[in-house]
Formats: sequence, C-alpha cells, structure tokens
Amino acid sequence: MSDVTGNHREGAFQRAFAFAAGTPAIATLFGCVVLLVAGQSIAPGFASLGQIAGQLNVAAILALVAAGQGIVILSGREGIDLSVGATMTLAALLAGNTMNGQDGGIAPALLAALAAGGFVGLLNGLGITVLRIPPLVMTLGMAGVITGLLIVVTQGQSSGSTAPSWAAFVTRPFLFGLPGVLFLWLLIIVLIEAGLRYTRFGINLYAVGSNDFAARLAGISVGWTRILAYVACGAFAGLAGAVLLGYTGNIFLGSGEQYILPGVIAVVLGGTSLAGGKGNYVGTAAGAFFLTLLTSFLTILSVAPAQRQIIFGVILIGFMLLYGREKATR
Amino acid sequence: MSDAVLDIPSRNRTRRSRSFWRKPWLLSAVLLVVFIGINILIQPRFFSAYALGNIITTMLPWMLIAVGQTYVIFGGSIDLSLGAIVSLVNVVVVVLITALGGGPGAMVLGMVAGLLLGTLCGALNGFLISAFRLQAIVTTFATSIIYGGAALVVLPQAGGSLPTEYFTVYSEGFFGLTLPIYLLVALILVAAFVATTRYQKHLLATGGNRQAAFQTGLPVRRIVMGAHAIAGFMSAVAALCILGVAGAGDPLMGQAFTLGSVSAVVLGGTALAGGWGSVTGSIIGAAILALINNIIFFSGIDYIYQAIVQGGIILAALAAGVFASRRQK
Repeated sequence: MSDVTGNHREGAFQRAFAFAAGTPAIATLFGCVVLLVAGQSIAPGFASLGQIAGQLNVAAILALVAAGQGIVILSGREGIDLSVGATMTLAALLAGNTMNGQDGGIAPALLAALAAGGFVGLLNGLGITVLRIPPLVMTLGMAGVITGLLIVVTQGQSSGSTAPSWAAFVTRPFLFGLPGVLFLWLLIIVLIEAGLRYTRFGINLYAVGSNDFAARLAGISVGWTRILAYVACGAFAGLAGAVLLGYTGNIFLGSGEQYILPGVIAVVLGGTSLAGGKGNYVGTAAGAFFLTLLTSFLTILSVAPAQRQIIFGVILIGFMLLYGREKATR
Repeated sequence: MSDAVLDIPSRNRTRRSRSFWRKPWLLSAVLLVVFIGINILIQPRFFSAYALGNIITTMLPWMLIAVGQTYVIFGGSIDLSLGAIVSLVNVVVVVLITALGGGPGAMVLGMVAGLLLGTLCGALNGFLISAFRLQAIVTTFATSIIYGGAALVVLPQAGGSLPTEYFTVYSEGFFGLTLPIYLLVALILVAAFVATTRYQKHLLATGGNRQAAFQTGLPVRRIVMGAHAIAGFMSAVAALCILGVAGAGDPLMGQAFTLGSVSAVVLGGTALAGGWGSVTGSIIGAAILALINNIIFFSGIDYIYQAIVQGGIILAALAAGVFASRRQK
C-alpha cells in the first residue's frame, strides 16, 4: 500500500512539474521570480514593492503591443504585424498633438490614437486577406509608408505633449500605490481572456488559426476574422502609443521601433505558437513582464551594454529551448 | 472519344505555356525593365560604364544576402540575423587584418576567417532551428541580438581602417572591369549551378512539405541547417564586399540588410512559406530595390519625402508581384 501511495505522490509531483514546464505562463512567471530573487541579492531593493510596480508600469506598454501581436499570431497563416512600432509612433504623435498639454484633450486624443491604429490595422488586414500579400511583407511595407508619412508631416521634429492628468494616470500612484495604467492593463487582461474564450470572434479566431480550411467549411468568415485580428492589433498598438506618450511625455520618430520584436518575443515566451491557433494572453502578459525584468536585471549587473546585449540574446534562446519547441516531424 | 484525343495535345500545349508563365521571376523581370526605363529617363547617362559599375557595386551586397536568404526561405525557414552577421564579419575582418599587420597574408587570413565566421554563425542558427525545432523568426532575432552585441564588443564604434590595397583591388579589378562585376557573374553562375543540384531539389521539397520530405527519407534537419550555413557564408561575402567600398569597420552597418533581403526575395516571386521560388528572382529583386533607391536619389525628391516614396513604391511593387503570382497559381 505504502508503495502505491509513494508512487502516487511521485506521480503527482511529476505531473505538477510537467504541468509547470508545459504551461509557459507558469514557467515564465517562475523565471520572473528567479530574476527578482537574483536581482534582490545583487542590488537590495530590486524586489521591493515600489520597484516591482515600476517594472510592471514599463511592462504594461510592451504587454499592450504584445496583446495585439498575440491576436494576429493566433489568427494563423504566418500572421505577424511588424508595423506596430510605426503605428505606436503615429498614434502617440496624434494623441500628443490632440492633447497638447491640455487635460480636456485626453478623451479625443485616446479616440484618435485607437482609430488611427485600427485604420492601419484595417489596411494591413485588407492587404493580407484580399491582396494576399504575406503578413511579414505587408506590415513591413506599411511600417515604411507610415514612417515616411510621419517624416513628411513632422519634418523630423518631435511635436505635441501629454496632458498632465494622462501622464499622472500612467506614471503616478492612483490606487493602492499603483498607477492607473496597471488597472487598465488588468482590465485588458480580463477582457481579452474573456473575449478569446466566450465571444464569437475569439472562438472563430482559434478555429481560423488552427485550420482555416476547416473553419471555412464550418461557415466561419475566415477573411473577416483575420481582418478583425489586424484591426484589433492596430488598435492595441495605438493604445500602447498613447500610454508611451503618457510615460515619456513627448514622442520622437522611431519611439515605437523598440517594441516591435520584443512584442513578438513576449508572445512566444507566453506560449503562443507562431503557427497560430494556440495560446492565450495571460502567458503573453507574463512574457512582457519577464522581458522587462530581464532588461533591468541586466542593467544592474555592472556589465557593458554590448555584453549585456549578448547575455540577453543567450537567455532568450535558453527560454525558447525550454518550451518554444515545435512538434517533431514524424 | 474524339474530344478526349483532341484534348491531349492542346492540354499539353497549355501546360507548357503555363509552366513558362509560372516562372517565379517573370513578374520581377517585368518590374526590372520598368525601373530600368524610369532610371534611363531621369538619369540619361545610366548606361555609361561608370554609372553601371557604380550601381552594380551598390547592388552586389544586397544580391548576395538576398540569394542567401532565398535558400533559407526555400527550406521553409527565415533568417533575421543576416544583417547582424554582416556587421560581425565586417568588424572582425577589419580588426583581424589590422592586428595581423595589414600585409597581403594578413588580408587573406582575415578574409578566410571572416568567411568561416559568417558560415558558422549561419550554421548555428540552422542548428538551433532544426535540431531543437525552434521557431525561425524569434530564434534568429535572438541570435541577431547576440551577433550584434558581439560586433559591438569587437569594435565599439565605427572605425579602424584597411590597407589601401584592399579597396583598390576591389574597385579597380582586372582587365578594365571592376571586381564586383566578376563577383556578380560568379554569383549568377554559382546560383545556376546550385539550381541543377539535387540539394536544391531536396531543399525545395523540405520547404514545400517538411513531413513528406522527412517520410521520403530526406535528412531535413541537415538540409535546413545547410541552407542557413549558405546564407551565413553569403552574408560574410557581402560583408567583405562592403569593406571593399567603405574601407573601415562599422558594427551597425548590417542592420538594413536583414529586412531588405526579405523584401528582395518576395519581390523576386519566391513564396515566403517555402518550397517555391527562384534565386534569379531574388537577384532581380535586389536589383529592383537598388534601382528604386537610385531613382529616388536622382529624381531630386526632397529629402523628407524620400522615405515615404521609397516605402510606397516597394509596397506597390510587392502588391503587384503577389497579386500577379496569385493569378498564375
């Protein structure tokens, strides 16, 4: 009997381990804890609540970009949006010029940012579904066009500025000592997870992403589902741009560039398959937090930037080796 | 009955003509002619030996990297670290040749080391992707961070200099033709040779249907890894060519090449999904990109409009290409 219980216990432990290793969100969160502990031992205060709130604050911007990216990747057929960086800059510049330092302009500015992002997403979606341009190429070309447009309009100058209340919402403590943008992020996590599970669009998205032929046979409008995914991605990039404006105060050309590929990495670290149809947003959010923590952890190590860059790359590959692996060819 | 008999020759004829129309590079060749036409209109001396030599020198690195990227994409993979490999090889060669004293022997040794390094970097990408089944886009992005960081460690800022012989030989060449022209001819010949090999067939088979290729007994992992190694080698050659023009190292110089090479491959009609396409198309695609830059440079468009005009033309050309190839299929 004792033998059996022993076996049972071992089985449970193994199952728990397998669950953790097989659930990227949990593995990534575990990675976050490891980073916090290691950081705390090197630089006391790294894992203090205030610091963690600050890290979450930075992670929120990345997580917003990654939210849209995740939806596009879920929609399958090599779905990816490399125009999110340019879209962020566009939306942030629009929002900054609409607000122009006035609190009264916050609502129209947010609407403008979301609409501009959504419109870019619509163009991407149409190009990809109607003209059948590969997503990588379409969104890359779109990024070039938006950046070019911004150079013409802004003449390369930084313009617009955030409203004080919007900056405070993004950076200052709002409730329980946490900035308002974290509550916005929490709300978005809940909304996306619920949207993916319970709305028609969410369910269709998984169906289209895992097998679009079967989805079409089941009567799902594959084209519209994909277009909507890109519109959502653009809108999230727009929102992220507005938050970036609140965080940094003003926006330069190229402000959004640095979020493009880290956003994709956050999605992958969160366990979403680049093949589409498999993944969730909780994992992506954890991935964004992990990337942010990793960046600041490497900053507190007294290592030169170039070496830091190498370590960052090696850790990314290490994490992918853990669970970023695709099914074996048989 | 008679219908069926009559049908056979006509069906054969349509199939043959269709196989011509289905050449992946056909549309890019048309675009090439169009862009050459525009170039002649705005730059009447376009066909002078000097102007042609210049543009081939500018095009060559793009073509080399695009050809490397094509093999990777044939196999259903992609390499976003080629630009970083160019940077790394670029600075390592400069630093190595300088450290070895800058003589002819040092130059040969430095170049061989550079080619070896590029091939190894590419092979490492291929190894990570095929042996551990990692996703190519994110893996090569991560390795591009590593290679780019290594380039910055080797040479933190643009600088260093090569012996003058390095770039005089490159720009003066032999028998009145510059070295890039010989290299371009060599590239086309090598690509044409590879196209006749079993390896390219196996690579295309792997990219078209990996599982079927595996079940046929092809060593798919080694095939994909080989394609990545070739791409790394091509990037290293491109880095040496860039040094022949610049004469100094720059740890950030490769960045633009990564996505440019993907654009060139797509412009050339190769399917990003793998398994279908042509190297000729990619060479033409890279030429088109260079011609677009040339047009913008010589048309006297105000500097601030250049980026949007360039982006717009590339997007339009890509859209036209993809649209046309969809009709052919």
